Amino acid sequence: MSFDSCAVSFDTKDNVLTAAVSGEIDHHSAKAIREKIDAELFYLRPDKLIVDMSRVTFMDSSGLGLIMGRMKSAEEIGCGFALKNPGERIKRLLDLAGADRIFDITEEKASKGEKK
Amino acid sequence: MKERSKSRKTIAAPVNEMRLILPAKSVNEKAARSAVAAFVSVLDPTLSELSDIKCAVSEAVTNCIVHGYRDTPGKGEIYITVRIFEDSLLKITVRDRGCGIANIEEARTPLFTTDPEGERSGMGFAVMESFTDRLTVLSKVGRGTTVKMEKRLGTTLDRV
Ligand SMILES: Nc1ncnc2c1ncn2[C@@H]1O[C@H](COP(=O)(O)OP(=O)(O)OP(=O)(O)O)[C@@H](O)[C@H]1O
Ligand SMILES: [Mg+2]
Repeated sequence: MSFDSCAVSFDTKDNVLTAAVSGEIDHHSAKAIREKIDAELFYLRPDKLIVDMSRVTFMDSSGLGLIMGRMKSAEEIGCGFALKNPGERIKRLLDLAGADRIFDITEEKASKGEKK
Repeated sequence: MKERSKSRKTIAAPVNEMRLILPAKSVNEKAARSAVAAFVSVLDPTLSELSDIKCAVSEAVTNCIVHGYRDTPGKGEIYITVRIFEDSLLKITVRDRGCGIANIEEARTPLFTTDPEGERSGMGFAVMESFTDRLTVLSKVGRGTTVKMEKRLGTTLDRV
């Protein structure tokens, strides 16, 4: 039984693993995303993990837990971590939690997400 | 000048109301926020207002599932009411009949969580507070929790 509204795809280049999440991140979808990213991360053991948020259309605090959790997973194996292209909504959540100061946030070309 | 007093602001009845009862299953996190968003869409909210509402509802509903009914996983119901008042005032309540919260003040503190193993960040109440105009939490241990949120939208019902 699955009602997945969220997916993740992987790309590796120069020992950097990029996990691109798409769809809605909530408590329901977070578990599968977490398991998929950790499985790939612990298998490949790259130098750096980048979680790409460009295609995330909804996120609540469960997404904060997911991001912080992946940062910890990366730390466990001495791997770097960065968050790529969080939209305005996600940035507001990161700001609220003070998470924006904990890890690197990279922006790559303007995402088409709505602007307030 | 015989202007009739139109101001019955104190105990005004809602202009419109939706009541929703959902089983406490995690698939219903999306169902709940989507249903609430659909219901309030007649008020023509901005994209940003709609995102605020969806996120706040998602937080409250998730809390019922992961905390309220933690001792009876897969069981229990979530009761959601959305009331629209004059001047686009929204009142949303999300209630469970779960375990309740012993110390509400502590629970509302940003980053406080009783479930760090579940990768919870303890930011749910902070998000609800930040994305709405007012958040009230009522709870009784062993009886359940009611979260009340208010938000006034920038538009009015006249535009509908
Ligand atoms: N409906 C509820 N029933 C029982 N306890 C609750 C309920 N809602 C919240 N709590 C308690 O309040 C704490 C804080 O809730 P909050 O939503 O702020 O954070 P969280 O759910 O732990 O983490 P996050 O929302 O970031 O995933 C919870 O850890 C839990 O102990
Ligand atoms: Mg929560």
